[in-house]
Amino acid sequence: MSYNVKICNVIKRYGDFTAVNDVSLDIKEGEFFTLLGPSGCGKTTLLRMIAGFNSIDEGKIFFGDKLINNIDAHKRDVGMVFQNYAIFPHLNVYDNVAYGLKARKVPKDEIHTRVMEALKTVQIEDLKNRKPSELSGGQQQRVALARAIVIKPGVLLMDEPLSNLDAKLRIQMRTVIRKLQKELNITTIYVTHDQEEALAISDRIAIMNKGRLMQVDKPTTIYQKPENIFVAGFIGTSNFIDGTVTKIDGDMTANIKLNAGLEFSMKLKKNITGPVQISIRPEQFIIKDANEPGISGEIQMYTFLGDFVAYEVELSNGQTVNVNEYTKDIEFVRPIGEKVSLTFDTNKINVFTQDGTEVVS
Amino acid sequence: MTAKAGKFKLRFDFWSIVKYTAIVLLIVFLVYPTFRLFFLSISDNKGGFTLKYFKTFFTKAYYYRTLKNSFATSGITTVFAILLGVPMAYITTRYNIWLKKTIDILVIMSLMSPPFIGAYSWIVLLGRNGFVTKLFEKIGITIPPIYGFGGIVLVFTLKYFPYVYLYVSGALKSIDRSLEEAAENLGSGKLRRILTITLPVIMPTLGASAIMVFMSSLADFGTPMLIGEGYKVLPVLVYEEFMSEMGGNANMAGALSIIVILCSTTVLLLQKYVISRKNYMMNATRPPAVIEVSKGKKLLLTSLCMFVTILAFLPQVVVIVTSFIKTNGPIFVEGFSLGSYEKIFYKIPKNIANTFIFSFIAIAIIVVFGMLLSYLFVKRKSKTTGMLDVLVMLPYVIPGAVLGVSMLVAFNKPPLMLSGTAAIMIIAYVIRKMPHTVRSSTAILYQIDPSIEEASINLGVSPMKTFFKITAPMMAPGVLSGAILSWITTINELSSSIMLYGGKTATISVSIYTEVVRSNYGTAAALASILTVTTMLSLVLFNRVSKGKVSVV
Repeated sequence: MSYNVKICNVIKRYGDFTAVNDVSLDIKEGEFFTLLGPSGCGKTTLLRMIAGFNSIDEGKIFFGDKLINNIDAHKRDVGMVFQNYAIFPHLNVYDNVAYGLKARKVPKDEIHTRVMEALKTVQIEDLKNRKPSELSGGQQQRVALARAIVIKPGVLLMDEPLSNLDAKLRIQMRTVIRKLQKELNITTIYVTHDQEEALAISDRIAIMNKGRLMQVDKPTTIYQKPENIFVAGFIGTSNFIDGTVTKIDGDMTANIKLNAGLEFSMKLKKNITGPVQISIRPEQFIIKDANEPGISGEIQMYTFLGDFVAYEVELSNGQTVNVNEYTKDIEFVRPIGEKVSLTFDTNKINVFTQDGTEVVS
Repeated sequence: MTAKAGKFKLRFDFWSIVKYTAIVLLIVFLVYPTFRLFFLSISDNKGGFTLKYFKTFFTKAYYYRTLKNSFATSGITTVFAILLGVPMAYITTRYNIWLKKTIDILVIMSLMSPPFIGAYSWIVLLGRNGFVTKLFEKIGITIPPIYGFGGIVLVFTLKYFPYVYLYVSGALKSIDRSLEEAAENLGSGKLRRILTITLPVIMPTLGASAIMVFMSSLADFGTPMLIGEGYKVLPVLVYEEFMSEMGGNANMAGALSIIVILCSTTVLLLQKYVISRKNYMMNATRPPAVIEVSKGKKLLLTSLCMFVTILAFLPQVVVIVTSFIKTNGPIFVEGFSLGSYEKIFYKIPKNIANTFIFSFIAIAIIVVFGMLLSYLFVKRKSKTTGMLDVLVMLPYVIPGAVLGVSMLVAFNKPPLMLSGTAAIMIIAYVIRKMPHTVRSSTAILYQIDPSIEEASINLGVSPMKTFFKITAPMMAPGVLSGAILSWITTINELSSSIMLYGGKTATISVSIYTEVVRSNYGTAAALASILTVTTMLSLVLFNRVSKGKVSVV
């Protein structure tokens, strides 16, 4: 039985520092939910509050209808996978996985069946008699996973479980975790600082910064429609260009003039005039010859990366932007010093208020 | 609101019980005796306040000279220990000499040997009727007497230089090769490298080991008692003032004790604030290169190191050999026999049993309390546990003789009439050896990742059960190795035992002392051999348990 998790106005303070600041989330049953943010943003603190290792200063957390604020950590029925796996070094693989079942006084026969089943699920049934010191990082990760799911917890918590693995294994394990989670249909709260991992693995992502929620959405929405400058900058690469809304019509069509010298019109959601920030992803720029209309610039540097070429282009106002051009669309790499003109599809860009806290497009 | 209410609930959980029990026990058996000692030192016979004992101490040469003597012997010993230990550590870590393992083992055994057998053996060799002395007399050479200042320093140096050697070797091995390579790369020659890089980096460690030597020498009672004769140091004076049948003065002993405690506290604080300030944490991924030298040089360096090592180890050989020599009263005669052993097993089997029983009980208590307390200090940090930590460490600055006096003063009348019982000996051992176990357990605990415990709690095991199922088994090998070392020092304990023993509670070390005083060198040697052999066997066990992961110092 998997729970939905409801977090209501939760606050955690350490002295003057507010680690988690008024966070509310509604995580659905069976959902793969990721807390994403830079280090120190409060994501791990929040996870540990759910696990019961950090007290909840204010606010409430519910598993289903059950308020868990005052339930001891060992009675919360949550599985947890730790960043460093926290495998008990003096117990072998089998006993590590059986540990939680023994604590629950599960009959011995059933323990055996369930442990073997869990080991099989994570494909390490051959290692059951190994000591933790004889396991590789990836294998330890699987033991940690088996140990957390074998107790059939109502909620599964994962604290940066892949951060200690090498790049290749990380991608392999994240697929294992994703498949396993869907198979078991277990509500999962996953903490990571790796945005690519979060995009790849999650049903929904909550982006946190300085203890506050920045945006909660599906990965595609987070990437394409960031709600503020922080999210636009944190997820993927974005170029921020200053501009001004010179006028806006009744049907919300705004005339925007970029400081770098291009004027265009697009629809906005909010009636505003004055300075704004525009975010454009490197792949959304279209490079054209210098004589065509667009933002004029000069190639400062290029990096050939196989499937695409990454350029640094200096605009006429001195700002440098990142522009990607796919190799399949071009015949040669543009040389340094070439004058170009940059354009974009207004549907693919985002317009923010000048302070960056709100999206208006 | 509900979350906050829980905080104010008075919780008598397991760890609170441990905490308060420990506080009560330490107040009764450590704080109270120390205060009694303090009051004794500042009260006259009618119970009024007086400073006359301190005044006497600082005005009468008979008294204040011992303070000077204590500092002189400890200070000179420290200098010699550094002069022996540092070069030896450098040679064994940096050159490809032979017998490195043997040197290490013998040096460790010398350090862990019973504290007074050094004095005993050097008397047997170089004393008035010593083997060597007589040998030289035959060919007409008179050896200067071993008794007094020179003898004390000789024995102390050979006994305690291993601290310097072991600490500094460890530090030298943990300097990453790249550090010296960087200095070389920057154009610095070999001597310059040693003086500007290597030496400064090991300085904190060297300082810590020097303090160990100084404190151990300052607190040592057996050696100066046996070999000092007229040359008195503070612990000896404490013993004499308190014990001497004629005109013993408990108040004066109290004042002396307070002075000793102040001295060692000062030294310890000095170490804490001057030396430990800069500690370079290092973990060599590439330990320094071992230099290959020519055969001749190698032989020379090996002989130098072996010479010092054998000199340090000699007392144990002497003790074992002399225990098998025939005796006629106090005189060793020609031929070998088991007579000395027969005598001790016939005369004082009880003392031998006492040693092992008392020590075993003490160690069992120390292990359990040490583990629980270190857990409190690391995982349940609070103001109370901080205070408790200071209390537990207090015996570091209280020499055994002084601790003995304080307990006698406190528990020689009802309601806690303990003097002469086994209990008071065991309590003294527990208090004296606890700091070491707590320190090593604390270090082990810091190495255990907190998430391991959290994983257990998360899987449904309560925090208390988690301690016994996860934390304790993980700590066990380290704590057990520490316990074996404490066991060794406990069976060899003399200074507190000699204050506290009664007719039925004498131990081997007490008997050795009394036998030496009565010039029964044969039986003393047999008794000392029992301790030496037990110590060696315990060290073998220690190596098995610790698997080389726990250092003896």
